[in-house]
Amino acid sequence: MNLNEFLSMGGYAVYVWSSYAIALIVLLVNVVLPARQRRKLLADIGRAARRARRNP
Amino acid sequence: MMRFFHKLASPKYFYSIAGRIIPWLASACLALILAGLYYGLVVAPPDYQQGDSYRIMFIHVPAAWMSLFIYVVMAGAGAIGLIWRMKLAEVIAISSAPIGASFTFLALVTGSIWGKPMWGTWWVWDARLTSELILLFLYLGVIALYNAVDDKRTAARAVAILALVGVVNIPIIHYSVEWWNTLHQGPTVTKLDKPSIDISMLIPLLLMALAFKLYYAFVVLMRARCEVLRRERNTGWVRELVESQ
Repeated sequence: MNLNEFLSMGGYAVYVWSSYAIALIVLLVNVVLPARQRRKLLADIGRAARRARRNP
Repeated sequence: MMRFFHKLASPKYFYSIAGRIIPWLASACLALILAGLYYGLVVAPPDYQQGDSYRIMFIHVPAAWMSLFIYVVMAGAGAIGLIWRMKLAEVIAISSAPIGASFTFLALVTGSIWGKPMWGTWWVWDARLTSELILLFLYLGVIALYNAVDDKRTAARAVAILALVGVVNIPIIHYSVEWWNTLHQGPTVTKLDKPSIDISMLIPLLLMALAFKLYYAFVVLMRARCEVLRRERNTGWVRELVESQ
């Protein structure tokens, strides 16, 4: 099987590859969002703690 | 063993243990996805009726299974939180909702993309598709309700009740293809006798299904860690954690 044949998916390329692309995006977003959120939360909590120490 | 579970239920230990488990689950998930893609896109032969379009199944069917599985986990964790007031169960329940919504969305969208070349239409208002759409709204309702109530413990209780009421939709989705006439094809894997799917197509399907299970496991832990931090931000262990960094 050559690459062109593989990519054309027997004429269903648009349907097959768009499905896999959307799946990839949805799966990636769900990993990136909580990872970023945790970093932001830790930074926020750290900032609040430093502020509390400066103005007791 | 009981002591281990007791410890695990404390937010501090949960946070650190989950942090150690996540990379392992994520690596295993990635390996299974790559294997599933290889067997699904390269090894498995085209279908004799649907050609190559059936390969959408390797995303669509596991996503649809996950949409139901995560809902049951969410409602179950919600019930445990309601009955035993277990904070960690509340956290797991609410952390499951966005992931469940994502898989439901994925099942609907890939189903629609598959429906166009096979049925000639993106969408029909039949029982299977409509009940799956209602599932998406249930997930979104859970998320909206949780965000609308300020006190998070009250919010978790309200959400658990909504999730439990919505469980009635799960058997409706599962049996919809048998109870009503529908364009959607019947089950080919979960039948009691031999599954009517060839082994070369069953292998990637099961690989992807297992990969999605692991995906849910590590992403729900990631989300749960955030939720634990948010709820415990004024406690001593979170301050120590932040200062040690």
